[in-house]
Parts: sequence; structure tokens; C-alpha cells
Amino acid sequence: MAKFTAKPAELLKIDFKTPKTDWMDTPVNIREHMYCHPAKAKDLEVVDFPNIHEWRPVDENWNLPENWKEIVLNGIKERLQKYRSFHVFMDICVRCGACADKCHFYLGTGDPKNMPVLRAELLRSVYRKYFTTGGKIFGKTAGARELTEDVLKELWYYFYQCTECRRCSVFCPYGIDTAEITMMGRELTNLLGLQLGWIAGPVANCYMKGNHLGLEPHTVKSNIEFMIDDIETITGIRVNPTFNRKGAEILFVTPSGDLFGVPGVYTAMGYLMLFHELGLDYTWSTYASEGGNFGFFTSNEMAKRLNYKIYAEAKRLGVKWILGGECGHMWRVLHQYMDTWNGPADFLEVPKSPITGTVFENAKSLKMIHVIEFAADLIKHGKLKLDPSRNDHLKVTFHDSCNIARGMGMFEEPRYVIKNVCNHFYEMPENTIREKTFCCGSGTGLNASENMELRMRGGLPRANAVKYVRDRYGVNTVANICAIDRATLQASMDYWVPGTAVAGIHELIGNALVMKGEKERTQDLRLEPLPGKEGVE
Amino acid sequence: MSSLQSIRSLNELLLEKKQAILEKWFDSVLETYPHDSAKFLKRQKDQFANPVGSTIYRGMGSLLDLIVNSADADNITKSLDEIIRIRAIQDFTPSHALAFVVDLKRVVREEIKGETCASQLIDELPEFDRRVDGLLLLSFDIYMKCREKIYELKANELRNMTSKLVERANRIFEAKYRNVDLEDIISQGNKTERGE
Repeated sequence: MAKFTAKPAELLKIDFKTPKTDWMDTPVNIREHMYCHPAKAKDLEVVDFPNIHEWRPVDENWNLPENWKEIVLNGIKERLQKYRSFHVFMDICVRCGACADKCHFYLGTGDPKNMPVLRAELLRSVYRKYFTTGGKIFGKTAGARELTEDVLKELWYYFYQCTECRRCSVFCPYGIDTAEITMMGRELTNLLGLQLGWIAGPVANCYMKGNHLGLEPHTVKSNIEFMIDDIETITGIRVNPTFNRKGAEILFVTPSGDLFGVPGVYTAMGYLMLFHELGLDYTWSTYASEGGNFGFFTSNEMAKRLNYKIYAEAKRLGVKWILGGECGHMWRVLHQYMDTWNGPADFLEVPKSPITGTVFENAKSLKMIHVIEFAADLIKHGKLKLDPSRNDHLKVTFHDSCNIARGMGMFEEPRYVIKNVCNHFYEMPENTIREKTFCCGSGTGLNASENMELRMRGGLPRANAVKYVRDRYGVNTVANICAIDRATLQASMDYWVPGTAVAGIHELIGNALVMKGEKERTQDLRLEPLPGKEGVE
Repeated sequence: MSSLQSIRSLNELLLEKKQAILEKWFDSVLETYPHDSAKFLKRQKDQFANPVGSTIYRGMGSLLDLIVNSADADNITKSLDEIIRIRAIQDFTPSHALAFVVDLKRVVREEIKGETCASQLIDELPEFDRRVDGLLLLSFDIYMKCREKIYELKANELRNMTSKLVERANRIFEAKYRNVDLEDIISQGNKTERGE
């Protein structure tokens, strides 16, 4: 496996040309800083994941179960029968290459196996060998290959170099959803106990305590109380959220990252201020305390299990509908899976804004809406008093989160809100936003620190577009509506576009929101001086 | 780099052949990438659809200009940084990542080979080589800064995840022990540890 420094004998060979070998003849080279650490046994045991064992990606021997091959092939067979889409995607690709150069990991690494078509081909070649007549007879000529341990390692390495962002799918003339192929590939690795720590840990936490970070009820509450203190310092107003309150009109569910890390907490402060100002009859839950779903990166069944608590909690509390915080993959899960997994939520009503009377027909069945839709509707109806000049120190661009943009088709609401709470907004180039948005490079559980090199490569295309608006317009803030973006884009910005901050849109709303009875504001939500208020205590 | 004297005749030739040198130099970098990707990195001109290829090409172009014009180290560092920042996090060993700098010597030699004034130019090459060596030394600094940044980012993420927690712990501590002398607490703790 690769070492970071060259051997002296290699140094003497000044020729660094890369040999031209066919992809099947190019062995996988697993490199440190490109993968996340394996899962801890205790985290896998909690949720009964199979074949738990000790292993290290750079080791020759992965200590696989004896019948590992049988497990994988049975796993493929079961999924081909269960998911028609997977079967179609295995057969239908004509290798036109339209997707090849659309992946942020391919653009950042230059590794052909990161071309979506080739990443999928890693699995298709195995599928052909064992599940198609042509592959069985003609073997390599028909693009088929044996499943060996090296092939398995290659599948593992590259399926954890895909963030399921689906940018490639936008360009596929057949509509192949490459993310679904990655999901299947990851499910197969999961059958062998080859899960990542950064995914398994949050899954276990979520299963045991309701959220990825493992915050217990009193910690959820005290973290929010801490934010309440800061809001009081900034505005002079003490907001009074409730927890686990039966009979509230609305249940609010957000990613737990908003309760803990920076800059997520500033976004959560924005929610608290907005809901207080509206006098919203809502409650937080310390049980359904996670909107995100890292189970989605392990298996369909696990994702469904972790998702169950949201409707269950809504039912227990007797709320009318659910409001969800700023998150990315959380919304792909909610928008496209929750209703059929754990619905129908007939006990809930179609979301209706108590402030504007707007009925959110788009969530007629789901009964849950995104907080940015809710906020955009409030602004559209003139229900908020806003002073965008409080954000004048920020020159803002908007990073469309993959799952919100491509998964939900929500493009306008966040932009509408930003334009109303900020005076300086600049779009990144057309082929890097909206449905063509570039991933942050750290989604689907790849937001660990040990794989920072991979994240920087994957983050390059997005950062490259941010750099363009920074150089051209002086942009200093990347706004977004995704907790993983808030947690990970900062590192990418610090490396590629130093001096650029990352902020959730509700932080910007919180800055601009003129609250009834507030004191003269001198600080923004980060407790930093507002423009023109420097030196004012 | 300001100490380096400009070499007019070689410079003139470099200016005249800049495009050919740039293309060859760029091609030599592309050869360090897998074959299929090299084609893409060269072909795709849109800077957003091809950030690696376009940034390296742009950086090399401005480096050539800067070398010819004996620009100062700050400007050269900026152009070198664009290229090295990318190669420092790709699948290259440090030597592999920076080999493109020294390769400029080979490319330039190949380009001046058939020139009528080649023998005169050869006398000027040591000075040109010295400039390229200067670039290489700067490259080491930049490469190390990039790698150090990667480790710094890891530490920063941990800090961002826990900073609010530490801040809160501090506030609780301060509120609880506002009127207590910290030294007393420490000495009391030490006494307890010693079993006094």
C-alpha cells in the first residue's frame, strides 16, 4: 500500500509518467488520508450489524469472514431482486461518458475510478460475471471480472469516495442514479462489517440517544439554554422555547450539529429568535433530536429504523405538523423516503403557517416542511421586520446543498431569503449552482478529519467557484442550508479560499431580524461587532 | 528573485516561444496523471468544469511570464501556490508533486535546441537554471505550508466541535468559583492527591 515518501531509488528515476494500463489491470492503491477509520465494534453491536471484526484498510489481510464472497454475491442477488432500479442501472449504462467529468471527486483527484461511470463499473463488472450469461461466458471481453479480495477492497475504497450527491445523474441521458449504486455498494460492505467509524458512531448514538452526537435530554436542553443566554446578551430578549411539550401545534426537528458545533449553533440561535418573534406554538424534542440520518449511509433498513422516531414523536406529542431545520441529506431522507417508510402520517394535518395562513400543499402527504420554505413565506407576506444592513459586513454567496437542490428541487426559497436579509449577494457561476451544484466533498459520512486529503480534493470544484466570486466581488461568506456544509465547508474554505466564513441562512436571518422590544444591537450572532458598532460596549 | 539579472537574448527567445514552452511544460505535468484523465485535463477549457487543469495551466503561464520578467518572490509564490496547493493533496509523493518545476529546464532546452543562436544561449542557461532552482526552493516552502495546513485543519475541526462546550464549562466554572482563589483550589487538590 502507498507510503507518503518516495524511496531513494525511486527518486533517481526522474520519470514520473503514469503507466497506461486498463482500469481492470490497475490495482487499487489504498492511501492514508483518503479514507475514514473503521467502525468500533461496540457501535456495530448496538444495531446488530453483521460480521463485526478488527481490520485496517491499509493491511493486506482484512480478516474477512470465510464465506465473504458468498455473502457479497448473495447480497447483490437479494438487492437485484428487491430494487428494480438497481437491476436496471446495472444493465442500462452504455458508457457514453456524459457523467465522467461531472464528479467533484474525479475533478479533484484525476483518478479515473472516480468517474461515476467507472465507479459503477467496478460493481457492474462483478454483476456481469455472476449474474449475466454474456459475462459468465465471455468474461473480461464482456466487461466481467471475478470477485476477489482485491476487487472487494477496490469497491470499498471507491464507494467511500462518493458522496451520493447525484451531480452525475443530472447529466446521464438514461437517468441512472449513481448514488443508488453507491448505496448498494455500501450496503454490501456493511454486510461484511466494513463500516466506517464516522458513520457507525452516529448511527449507534442516534439509535440509543436520538441524535448523532449522543446528546442526552438534559444536554440538548442545556445547550439550547446556553444559546438563549447569548441571544439575551445580543438582543436583551430572553426567548423561551419548550421541550417535549404535548399539545404544541408544531414539532421542530433539526440536525443535532446545530446544537453543538460552530457555526451550527449560530443557525440554531436564528431559529430560536425567529420562532420567538413569531410567537410560534412549537416544541423541541429531546427524543426526536436528530433530523439527519447516518443510517442512510449504511442500509435502507437502518435508515428506516432511525427515521421512525420523527413521526412517532409527533404522534406522542399530538402536534399538528412538523417543521424541519436546515439540513441536506436529512431532507433527501424525509422528502423521498419517510412517507413510504414510516407513513402515512394521517394523524397529522397538512402544514399551514399560523402566521400567514399559507397551506404547504407540497407537503400534503409528508406533513413536514423545511424551515427555509417557512421563512421565505413569512418574508413574502411581509411578516418580518428586517434590517439587512446588519449583515453589511458580509458579502454572501449561496452554496446549494446537493440534497436540497437535486433531491428536492428547492432553488429559489433560500435565495429569496438571503436577498431579503443581506444587501450583498453574489451568485457563483451557473455550472456550479442549482441542479449543477458541486458537493462540499464531505457528505454521506465522509466528514471525518482523518480523510482530510480526500475532502480537500472533493471540495476543490466548489471552492474554486467560491474563489472566483471572492476575487471578483469580495465575497467573504458562503451561506448554506445544510448541517454537514456548516461543519465541513469551513475546512475546505480555509485551505482553498482563506478568509471565507461559512454560515447557515438562519444565522443571517437572526442578525437582520428586528425583534419587538430588543435593545440596540451592537453584536452579530457570533458576538462580533456589527458594522459601525465596533468599540461599542 | 530580484537579485537575478535578466538575460535578454534568452528571455527574448522564451517570450517568443512562450506558448510552445507552456504547452510542452503543461503536457509534462499532465503525464503525471492517469492517461484518461490527462486528456480531460487538457481538453476541457472551462475553469469551473476543470479546476485542476485550468488552474495548473493558468499558473504555469503566469510563472513563465514572471520568470522572463524577473518578477519578485511574492508574485512568483502566488502563482506557484495555485499549482502546488492542488498537487500537495493529490496522490503524489513530495518529489512527484514538485517535479514539474525542474522539468522546465528540460522543456526549455528542447525548445532552444535547433535555434541558430543555440550555442550563445547555452552560455546563458546556467543563469536560467539558477532561477528555476530558486523556484524549486520556493516550492518546498509552499508544499510544506500546504501539508501543515491539512494538519491544522484537523485540529481546527476538533476545536470548532468543542469550543462552545469549553466556553460553557468556563462560564460555569467562573460563576461557581468567582470569589475563590484558584491557587487555593489547586493546592487543596494537590493535598487531596497526596492524601494529606
